[in-house]
Amino acid sequence: MPRPPFQRLLDEHAAALLRFCVASTGPIDADDVFQETVVAALRAYPQLRHTDNLKGWLLTIAHHKALDLHRARARHAVPVAEPEPPGHVDGHAPVDDALWRAVDGLPPKQRGAVLLRFVGDLSHREIATALGSTEAAARRSLSDGLAKLRQDWVPA
Amino acid sequence: MTSSDPLTAALAAPIEADAVADAVRRATERAHAEGAVDVTYAEVDSPLGPLLAARTQTGLVRLAYRDFNGGTDAVLDHLSIRVSPRIVEAPRDLDDVRRQLDEYFNGDRRAFDLPVDLSLAAGFTQRILQAIAAIPFGATASYRDVAAKAGNEKAVRAAGNACSANPVPIVVPCHRVLRTGGGLGGYTGGVEKKERLLRLEGHPLG
Repeated sequence: MPRPPFQRLLDEHAAALLRFCVASTGPIDADDVFQETVVAALRAYPQLRHTDNLKGWLLTIAHHKALDLHRARARHAVPVAEPEPPGHVDGHAPVDDALWRAVDGLPPKQRGAVLLRFVGDLSHREIATALGSTEAAARRSLSDGLAKLRQDWVPA
Repeated sequence: MTSSDPLTAALAAPIEADAVADAVRRATERAHAEGAVDVTYAEVDSPLGPLLAARTQTGLVRLAYRDFNGGTDAVLDHLSIRVSPRIVEAPRDLDDVRRQLDEYFNGDRRAFDLPVDLSLAAGFTQRILQAIAAIPFGATASYRDVAAKAGNEKAVRAAGNACSANPVPIVVPCHRVLRTGGGLGGYTGGVEKKERLLRLEGHPLG
């Protein structure tokens, strides 16, 4: 199957992709993670074999870039536990600080599962592919993550 | 996960379209700077109707009459298959093309100073187009002339086909190629566009 021009992927999926980056890394780093995702996707695009789920493919790359960032943050942890300033940053939608703090506190697979499902709108099977796990494990990560979020987050 | 669930509704809160567009622009500019983009394009207006201009690292690879080539999507699909799928919209990258076209249509420019990438044309077609590129503003040539210049004066039909397959009309001026008797012949964007271009260049037509 021929590959659509890359711009079409951006037209169709950039909003979900950016939302996913903001949700998984916070408004400050989201732009950079989004850029790295787009660059990595463009580099890989000519060799991509399956073009039937391009949104899932893009979000999988974004998920890995977000994991890289979380690992880097853990390595360079600053003593002050003040993750991200709240509010309106760089044109992004106002961020519910308490929610993103709760999301930030989830274990990586749960965070990935919750955000791929509710920000990226992926199916359970697509989430499993992105996380590199079975569908059953993806469902478990999703329900555990949601349960923990419901515990930790109270709507403003 | 109904939208009435405040948790999932908060997670799915949308981002302003402007913020998405800005992020996309920054990301594609960075990708382009890092060599991960092969084709950039922009929609360009002209007195002959809407155009789509696309360029590679080599030069202008496509200038399409959008109303005559199936629109932007069809032109991009073709580029994706024939050149590379690593295509992004980048209006600034086509600024010089837009500016020179404006000058040309305003009568302030007689020759384009733009590198051209003829990779959408193969073999003899490419040689024909190179011969056409050498026809100066205000002059015309016959299909037989350009066939001869490309190395085969009998290939008159091939010369006609090369004109209709010209990936960069206006800039490679296939409108300056006429029938041997002086008849207009065809044009890739419709013959009325050919007439307008020739009039713009000072031809007394009909």
